[in-house]
Amino acid sequence: MIATIADWLGAGCLVAGALLALAAGVGVLRFPDALSRMHAATKPQVLGVLLLLLGIALRLRSPADLGMILLVAVFQLATAPVAAQMIGRAAYRSGRLDRGLLDADELADRGQGSGSAGPA
Amino acid sequence: MTGSPEPAPDAPGPAVVGRGRIGRWRDQAVALGWLVVVWNLLWGDINWANLVGGLLVGAAVLVFYPLPAVSFGGRLRPWALLVFAGRFAAELVSASLHVARIAVQPGYRPRGAIIAVRLRVPTDLNLALTAEAVSLVPGTLILEVDRDSGTLYLHVMDTHGPGDLDVARDRTLAVERRIIRAVGSTTELRHLDVTSPEKGTRP
Repeated sequence: MIATIADWLGAGCLVAGALLALAAGVGVLRFPDALSRMHAATKPQVLGVLLLLLGIALRLRSPADLGMILLVAVFQLATAPVAAQMIGRAAYRSGRLDRGLLDADELADRGQGSGSAGPA
Repeated sequence: MTGSPEPAPDAPGPAVVGRGRIGRWRDQAVALGWLVVVWNLLWGDINWANLVGGLLVGAAVLVFYPLPAVSFGGRLRPWALLVFAGRFAAELVSASLHVARIAVQPGYRPRGAIIAVRLRVPTDLNLALTAEAVSLVPGTLILEVDRDSGTLYLHVMDTHGPGDLDVARDRTLAVERRIIRAVGSTTELRHLDVTSPEKGTRP
């Protein structure tokens, strides 16, 4: 009984995760500039992967697999924003952004001279 | 949660004074423990061989790829950690649905803005944690980090006017507050309470 419920919940998670990943892909394709695209590549994508992992966990249910899945989730959460930041920063520094779409730019107000502060 | 009677004489700010070699050894031990856990999870099995192997690999990683010391001067507060995790999960879901919705909305071109948010507790750890969390909550993405002044530069998506920028700024500071409440030191907490009235400071 419980196994059936877990299986169906897992299936639901898999479908929802796949849909979110699809929406993320559509966003990456459709958004007007690189910075907006990185939004699509972080939020729905990360939640999509987490839902897929949850779905898999609900169907596998063995401790070894759960450990691995947890690890994947943690690293996904930790690395996706870093990757997005690196791409966003590169896009900004190389000027590949549509200024017509920006309401404000307080990074430009800071002055380009001190562009590389800190070894981040 | 707040106001725990712990004497914390260390100075606020990036340099945590008064923690010498012991603190550094403790940080290394925590890192080693984490690496051993990861190693065992990767093998999918916890046994003596994996524990010893994990210790060896972890020690090698720490020796050959040393990282700049990120000292953890705070303390874990389970309840605040739970609050942070819960809010984070809720905001991750709403952010994802929001971005997914405008992704599939026909003929919609979202506008954006880049804002600067100066954090109130400019430690490396807080900067990193806040930057990570903020990237995954609604509407914001880290673009640049100014480590010296503790300022995050964020790209805000789908803005409709200046009001949205203030909302994003407040939301970022709220994330910071929840992180400090969960893992910050008592000094940082007090610092947060002192400076919270003047929110959204521009550099």
